[in-house]
Amino acid sequence: MIFLAVGTQLPFDRLARALDGWCAQTGRGREVFGQIGKMGPESFRPTHFEWQAQIAPDQFNTKMQQADVIVSHAGMGTIITALNLGKPLVIMARRAHLNEHRNDHQHGTVKRFREREGVFAVENEKELSDTLVKLLADGVEMQEERISRFADESLTNALHELIHKH
Amino acid sequence: MGKSTPHVMAVASAGGHWIQLTRLSPAWRDCRVTYVTTNPDLRNMAKDVAAAAGVKQADFHSVADANRSRKFRLLLSLLQIAFVMLRQRPDVVITTGAAPGYFALRLGRLIKCRTVWVDSIANADELSLSGQMAGKHADLWLTQWEHLALPEGPEFHGAVV
Repeated sequence: MIFLAVGTQLPFDRLARALDGWCAQTGRGREVFGQIGKMGPESFRPTHFEWQAQIAPDQFNTKMQQADVIVSHAGMGTIITALNLGKPLVIMARRAHLNEHRNDHQHGTVKRFREREGVFAVENEKELSDTLVKLLADGVEMQEERISRFADESLTNALHELIHKH
Repeated sequence: MGKSTPHVMAVASAGGHWIQLTRLSPAWRDCRVTYVTTNPDLRNMAKDVAAAAGVKQADFHSVADANRSRKFRLLLSLLQIAFVMLRQRPDVVITTGAAPGYFALRLGRLIKCRTVWVDSIANADELSLSGQMAGKHADLWLTQWEHLALPEGPEFHGAVV
């Protein structure tokens, strides 16, 4: 199953449309589920895969665990959860000039996380399609190195020290 | 719980900010913690992560979510956080943002809490606007990117991932 997640706030038509296009052609027959965000009247509504605007956190976690490949905006919630599960993750950054977000911080996130094992950055339907085809053809394998459940110890220790300072 | 056990209020809006906050939980492993976020459905996750980190006592509250474009929701969020804070009387406020975390930090400062702002790892090129506003009011102001650390703050001590 391919799981699309675009975060809790805004829709992300460019990504939803790209995945819908893939489902209509190359990916026909693939099981895909999308969480596509709070929509306006003009928002794109996919017709080639099952979707909901919002899903509850428990359902989000279940979908993330069931997914063979995760397709997502470059939001840290999905990125961290995918790294933690060791699942292949395809990310597209929301861009400010396309009115997809208030600023371009997701572009910065992509620059810094695209080098991680199992993270694949795409910018359009063609790149999304090529990446999905390759990932699905190669057989999707869990990453060797799952990240731990918690932050760097140096960070939690710095906080621990501050909490207990007299 | 004795006076020697610090009470930490850990605050973040739902989504990426919340995921990052949960990953800091070992920091308050030997404390009492009150998690505050903006989705009541995150209660179970708070309970699970507190148990995994070995936290002594964990409570959970949900408040309204808000951002700069929704003024009424901002006010509601502020009032709800103030209400939780006055009832809970934490010793320390730790937040990963965004707007609810900023409110909690400023209010915490007013009631003499120790305060920590951990800027989201999503801000890799520049600090968040709320982080720039909150930083000077925090006892500890952290970035998760070494290249964004400055002598006058924020400091870098590692990242959530």
